[in-house]
Amino acid sequence: MSIRENFVVPKRYNTIAFALMAIGILAIIGLYVTSGSKSDPKEQARFWASLLQNSVFFLLVVNASMFFICATTLAWGGWQMAFRRVPEAISAVVPVIGVICGAILLAIVFGGNHTIYHWTDTHHVAEDAILNHKKGFLNKGFFAVATVLTIVLWSVLGWKMRQLSRSLDSKPLATVEARKKYIWNNTVWAALFIIVFSLTVMSSIPWLWLMSIDAHWYSTMYSWYTFASTFVSGMALIALFVVFLKNNNYLEYTNNEHLHDIGKFMFAFSVFWTYLWFSQFMLIWYANIPEETIYFQPRAHGIYKGIFWLMFIINFIAPLLLLMTRDAKRNYGTITFMSLLIIFGHWLDFYQMVFPAVSPNKVPMILYDFGVALGFVGLIMFVTGRALSKAPLLAKNHPFVKESLIHHT
Amino acid sequence: MAVKKFVVGNFDDEAVLFPAVKKVRRAGYKIHDVFTPFPIHGLDKVMGLRDTSLHTAGFIYGITGTATAVGFITWALTVDWQINFGGKPFFALPAWIPVTFELTVLFAAVGMVLTFCYLCQLAPFVKKDHFNPRSTDDIFVMALECTDKTNEAEAMSFLETIGAKEVKVEYKETEWWLGRYDKDRMRFQKKEQDNH
Repeated sequence: MSIRENFVVPKRYNTIAFALMAIGILAIIGLYVTSGSKSDPKEQARFWASLLQNSVFFLLVVNASMFFICATTLAWGGWQMAFRRVPEAISAVVPVIGVICGAILLAIVFGGNHTIYHWTDTHHVAEDAILNHKKGFLNKGFFAVATVLTIVLWSVLGWKMRQLSRSLDSKPLATVEARKKYIWNNTVWAALFIIVFSLTVMSSIPWLWLMSIDAHWYSTMYSWYTFASTFVSGMALIALFVVFLKNNNYLEYTNNEHLHDIGKFMFAFSVFWTYLWFSQFMLIWYANIPEETIYFQPRAHGIYKGIFWLMFIINFIAPLLLLMTRDAKRNYGTITFMSLLIIFGHWLDFYQMVFPAVSPNKVPMILYDFGVALGFVGLIMFVTGRALSKAPLLAKNHPFVKESLIHHT
Repeated sequence: MAVKKFVVGNFDDEAVLFPAVKKVRRAGYKIHDVFTPFPIHGLDKVMGLRDTSLHTAGFIYGITGTATAVGFITWALTVDWQINFGGKPFFALPAWIPVTFELTVLFAAVGMVLTFCYLCQLAPFVKKDHFNPRSTDDIFVMALECTDKTNEAEAMSFLETIGAKEVKVEYKETEWWLGRYDKDRMRFQKKEQDNH
């Protein structure tokens, strides 16, 4: 087989994607029948919480790809150029999952069921001193505006970055001046995305979407920690697609040097995630104030103990030991295994962020949620595959391409 | 102290040096070392050097640091001198993690620097004989080690054909030694003359 420049979606690939989406829809139907259709608001909340956890997690994971592109663009990095079309294609999923996620979030906020976001209950808030203080931030209007604005900005700025990249495919830049101008243009748009990204994922959006489920409790580390979680999963997702394309004879110029650097990101940000996770945990553990420790009570000691410690082992111990060596980061098998493990581990992390507040008395049947997750995986596969097939896999006219071809770690 | 005989080629271009290293190895000459003013990516692979074990050493130092920190604090605060800090258990692992982390980093860092210096034979007062001082400036130096079977004239002309600007045969001290550079230097110069 010869090396090919344009990705052609294999039939089996789409079959698997559709099968996964079918599993997801079946899981959603199953969840709806077993809990969503019940009259008990707590049971209904379990259905919506599953959708919330999965859609928010996968939205943030695919959006991490665009963050990766913009961060490397701002740093004037060139090494990622050989496989840059992969994160670009993954970030094309953002508008799709964004619409789903936005619809779910708005449905939860305006749906009249106050179990997940109990700050939506105005009578309750009036009597609750703490929630009354937070009213300026935690109210339906602000939530809706912030959510819609965030998703629209991510989608539009991501689209602009992809557009800039693809604009070069048909017309190469002739002069040095034109190349400089192109890089400058890229830098400005990437900077805009990073500003929006830092004002949303890195600081406020996880507070709104996830932390406000435990509305009384707060942690200023929370958003950073969520960002680290989704960024390391995003790198793992990029690694999976790179390995998949390499195994199918695409991405001629991407080699072990590039994979090694992606592996470094997975390793480093796993440790970074642990650092933030532990910083949040230790301060609360040390101060030992009841209104703060209440967050960790069901998670570290209660019925969610198993999931909590399992995700800690998967997200910290496993990458630390298995991804430490140079050979591991250059091995397709290890990278694939660790990528799957890391994505699963951070999905579990999100699980224990959402569910202890929604279902404090029993751990919900996690298989349903896993089924919903598979549905989102199928959706990501399908949309990314389509986006990959639409443009050449190498942005060959980008001024920094040479730097990537001779990349050496 | 082992004084050996070398055929030394001086190159003035990285782009010439790279294929030259490949050709020299293919011709069967033994490369003692290549000295360059700056790190050249991929040169180690072309020269056929094995990967360094420095990172394995680093891992061992780090683990030692972790064990030292956890071991010592556990002994001090649970066995030797128990103190009640705000009602926390004596074995208060989360509180010790920052110290453990710092000690891990400290042990790994200091250990690796010292190991690096040992592997490169760098220390105060340690002297090494240079083939060409300009290898720290703008000249790339390739030294071929001569064995009993090496035909020097042939090796020299071979180096010239693959792009060396200046080729000569030299006797050099390969190990490091302690002492004052000028004094020791004279000793080796004398030895060189004796050998001729």
